[in-house]
Amino acid sequence: MSDYNFAYLDEQTKRMIRRAILKGVAIPGYQVPFASREMPMPYGWGTGGVQVSAACLTPEDTFKVIDQGADDTTNAVSIRKFFEFTAGVAVTEHTGEATVIQTRHRIPEEPLREDQILVYQVPIPEPLRFLEPRETETRKMHALEEYGLMHVKLYEDISRHGNIATSYAYPVKVEGRYVMDPSPIPKFDNPKLEMAAIQLFGAGREQRIYAIPPYTQVISLDFEDYPFDPSKADHPCDLCGAEHTYLDEVIIDDAGGRMFVCSDTDYCAGRQADGHRGRLSPIQEAAE
Amino acid sequence: MYVAVKGGERAIDNAHEWLAEERRGDTDIAELSIAQIREQLALAVNRVMAEGSLYDPDLAALAIKQSRGDLIEAIFLIRAYRTTLPRIGHSKPIETSDMACDRRISATFKDLPGGQILGPTFDYTHRLLDFKLAAEGKAPVAQTRETDVDRMPRVTDFLNQDGLIQTETPTDTSPPDLTRQPMQFPAGRPLRLQNLTRGDEGFVLSIAYSTQRGYARNHPFVGELRIGRVVVEMDIPALGFAVDIGEITVTECETVNQFTGSKTEPAQFTRGYGLVFGQTERKAISMALVDRALRWEELGEDNMGAPAQDEEFVLAHSDNIQATGFLEHIKLPHYVDFQSELELVRKLRRETADATKEAAE
Repeated sequence: MSDYNFAYLDEQTKRMIRRAILKGVAIPGYQVPFASREMPMPYGWGTGGVQVSAACLTPEDTFKVIDQGADDTTNAVSIRKFFEFTAGVAVTEHTGEATVIQTRHRIPEEPLREDQILVYQVPIPEPLRFLEPRETETRKMHALEEYGLMHVKLYEDISRHGNIATSYAYPVKVEGRYVMDPSPIPKFDNPKLEMAAIQLFGAGREQRIYAIPPYTQVISLDFEDYPFDPSKADHPCDLCGAEHTYLDEVIIDDAGGRMFVCSDTDYCAGRQADGHRGRLSPIQEAAE
Repeated sequence: MYVAVKGGERAIDNAHEWLAEERRGDTDIAELSIAQIREQLALAVNRVMAEGSLYDPDLAALAIKQSRGDLIEAIFLIRAYRTTLPRIGHSKPIETSDMACDRRISATFKDLPGGQILGPTFDYTHRLLDFKLAAEGKAPVAQTRETDVDRMPRVTDFLNQDGLIQTETPTDTSPPDLTRQPMQFPAGRPLRLQNLTRGDEGFVLSIAYSTQRGYARNHPFVGELRIGRVVVEMDIPALGFAVDIGEITVTECETVNQFTGSKTEPAQFTRGYGLVFGQTERKAISMALVDRALRWEELGEDNMGAPAQDEEFVLAHSDNIQATGFLEHIKLPHYVDFQSELELVRKLRRETADATKEAAE
């Protein structure tokens, strides 16, 4: 423990954030403005997620942080250390053991449970921002449920490319009302947004919090004749052989050699521990 | 054989150790003290206090030392520290008419009550490198004399007596607090001024400059620029009266801008206002120009579509801590999203290739 208040933020600030979270849960997909604080890490590096995690954590919690699906990426390490230092909570790399998981850019492969909270770091919470840069305008569009512009964008993609040319941060409609940015997760993860755990989204720099309560309907925007396609690399994992996971492409030499591995490192390690083997598994070689 | 990358934690620790060593530099050279930075790099300290929104020269000097002279990094350190401080209360508004001025100039009058005081300014220095400073010399001493001026009335007050400049109406409503409420648009003038005073000097300067070059030109005169110390007073409820809690140095700039008027209302000059912690006059003047440009609606001017007239554009992009954080976050790994784009581009290329092949057959 340290001289800072539990989980760094003072209790007044946490209360303010919890109010925003509760409002977000009550209005799924609605972006609640909150008085985001300056954190001791830069804006854009997870300050929204960190503030939401700080407001949710209790001393009994077990905390996990992933970035790109991995626990060992530098910023995930940095945020995990921050809460070890300021909250003294238990930390884990195992999805199943965690009660609060902070993530950037991925949803864990292992289905989450009702007693878990998934906290997303969000860079630009406004799904309409790249179509209309003005906050004053986009708030009006949400209020009036005026989402035609988004459909026009998707339609223009199809007419230009033959496909919807959005591969991450793919817009969704929550419980039939608000169009929401699921944060820059690959669209492969979109179907998992309907889950048992509570999902909280924190955008620190943009001062917004939003939420998806458990078992809430989340539909990826599409057209009847161009249905949503949660694609991924057309390979199995080269380490654990999984066919159903999101894969990273790793360049292994300068002659075009590459391999595909699970982006969720904990999931991949778990499968390997259970005896699953991929094409290039080092464990397999050792056994031979 | 590929093994998943591990060791982020050790890499971070090692990087921090290296950084600490680099920060100190060659140990044969004497280490800078906080007091040296505070006294000899005072304008850097002032900028860090202004944009960090915390008036504490020693902490600002410490931040500059820790950040190796990267002022935005130093401002960030101060902001992150400031946000952890408890709010004890609010001071009364400072009274800049009672300022003990080190510098006070007006560009709109040749002479005026209280006089023109140049103070410690670079203005008329010739920008020639002074190689004598490279050799250790003895400390320069400036001449002094007792002042015979006890009060410096404000230029805008002279103009206001004759109704030549638009009157600012005082109000008792508490202004919103930028650091305690999320920014919402339209923001209104109190929030705009709070935002500009801690905004990035370079950004505010450039926006102000754009108005001078014709993007919402509002023809400013520096009615008055004053730099000096003012007393900060706070009401103590237990005592029932206000007490002095300290003294701060601020820079205040009031611009007198092109007049407005109509058939029913006589022509009148308008105002822009800048107030910044420390001796920071480039920033204070810039702030006054941008403030004035943002008042177009209230003063019945046309929207020229200029950046300086666009409240949301200016206020949403002025903060260098927000800007630098978001800009630099693209250094973080993005390989999951990139992979997703890679798959999509491959798919689109495959489809185009197939279509071309079919067309050729």
